[in-house]
Amino acid sequence: MQLINTILIGITAGSIYALMAISMVLVWRSTRVINFAQAGMALLSSYFGFEAVSKFGSFWIALPVAMIGGALVATLIEMILIRLLVKHSSTGPIAAVAPIIATLGLLGVIRATASMIWGGQDVRIIGPVSNDGFTVNGTTLVFSPLKLLILITVLVLMLILSIIFQKTNIGLALRASAYAPEIARLSGIKVDWVRTLGWALAGATGAVAGMFQTINGNGTLSPDSIDFSLLLVSGFIAAVIGGLDSLPGAVIGGLVLGLMISFVLMYISGGLFFIAPFVILLLVLFIRPQGVFGAKAARRA
Amino acid sequence: MSLKVSNLTVHHGAIRAINDVSLEIPTGKLAALIGSNGAGKTTLLRALSGLNHPTHGAISWMDQSIIGIKAELLVRKGISHVSEGKSVVPELSVRENLELGAIWRRNKKESKESIETVVSIFPRLGERIEQRADTLSGGERQMLAIGRAIMSKPQLLLLDEPSLGLAPLVVEQIFQTIRDLTNSMNLTVLLVEQNAMGALKIADIGIVLNLGSVVISGEAKALIDDPAVRSAYLGY
Repeated sequence: MQLINTILIGITAGSIYALMAISMVLVWRSTRVINFAQAGMALLSSYFGFEAVSKFGSFWIALPVAMIGGALVATLIEMILIRLLVKHSSTGPIAAVAPIIATLGLLGVIRATASMIWGGQDVRIIGPVSNDGFTVNGTTLVFSPLKLLILITVLVLMLILSIIFQKTNIGLALRASAYAPEIARLSGIKVDWVRTLGWALAGATGAVAGMFQTINGNGTLSPDSIDFSLLLVSGFIAAVIGGLDSLPGAVIGGLVLGLMISFVLMYISGGLFFIAPFVILLLVLFIRPQGVFGAKAARRA
Repeated sequence: MSLKVSNLTVHHGAIRAINDVSLEIPTGKLAALIGSNGAGKTTLLRALSGLNHPTHGAISWMDQSIIGIKAELLVRKGISHVSEGKSVVPELSVRENLELGAIWRRNKKESKESIETVVSIFPRLGERIEQRADTLSGGERQMLAIGRAIMSKPQLLLLDEPSLGLAPLVVEQIFQTIRDLTNSMNLTVLLVEQNAMGALKIADIGIVLNLGSVVISGEAKALIDDPAVRSAYLGY
């Protein structure tokens, strides 16, 4: 029973990491930037969600509010900051470093802004169902109705995303612009706007990751939340495992990471909570720096 | 109703890659633009499709200036560019690569019909329609690149070295197809080629570019017989 429990918890946490990884992959594919501000954007979106929960009392209204908020924030960042940055640092070592430093700085700015608006203390987002574990044959599991709901919602979202990417013209434009921007332009695609759209999608996906990370944890939100730092690191690791370029890779990367952490915590020591993800990242970078999926094998979606 | 370039100058960084070039291609004609490596052929083509920006001069298409218009908008004016090196997206399937060419028209039904047209021209693409483009042979990729351009329903087709890296037999096929398309779809074509002989044989007009300037231009047949062109570019 403990084995199944460990697997289910791992998959749930992993599905949230996968969402975060998807948002990082979307940004990487559209503008070749590792967006460390993604955690800040997810945090800000979750605060929007918190406002909506307080106002309407429903998590299911708050979630789309957070997603729309996240998409808008991402759109603004791309249009104002990233476009300028790409324009002014086109060559040399600065071009590689500047966006990373900029997104790190932005993370700080967003956290400080959130702290100015909502104060330093915790606020609480209440999930739609209980996070008390299921009871099977008299034993209480850590796996709860809330975790089950998170898992299902994430799966539905991924299904929607994959339909968008595989079956629609917008998805085709997003993929073509990522893989071959010049051919995309010659085909009449307005690549600049497609990039912005990639950021917006990433913002919405990251918002869901933020909301779920909050309610899957202790339900509280604060500007310097350690949960969001972990979300950033885990999302990044999952994206790297998946090869940074691949959406299916990001999903599998997230699930693998979630499972590994879950097993380490359950069978080795719960005290390794903050160390395990970093050790896994180092292992991946040592053994397969190009990601488990390699550069091209899984670039399809 | 023609492509007209007047006194065009294009810089490539500090280098003047195209220097005061003027040329005209009447509607429905196939022009071969030949010249050695570094003559500026690709630069000129990229200026015509809006991928780079001329420093001086004028380009008009159908009596309308197209200078300063972005590549993604020029497609909508009937200009399709097949860039150098088999311009397909390797990660996408053959069908998706074709759909890409018609994506700006936002009409799935028309896109489907255009795919049928392309498949009737290149049956090989039909057999491989669900395969990823990177599983195709070099010749098939070139067919796909041209197919993608046809999907946009162009009136002006700009082709950058379609023969590059292909076996002689395949080159002959591709050239013949380009000639047939020019006639059947009433296209205006500018064909950039290193393979000067092959290109001039199918072309109506020949233009020789050297160090960024037009040195000779005229009827393609006349160019083949021109002793200067023969010794410099045709190798006999």
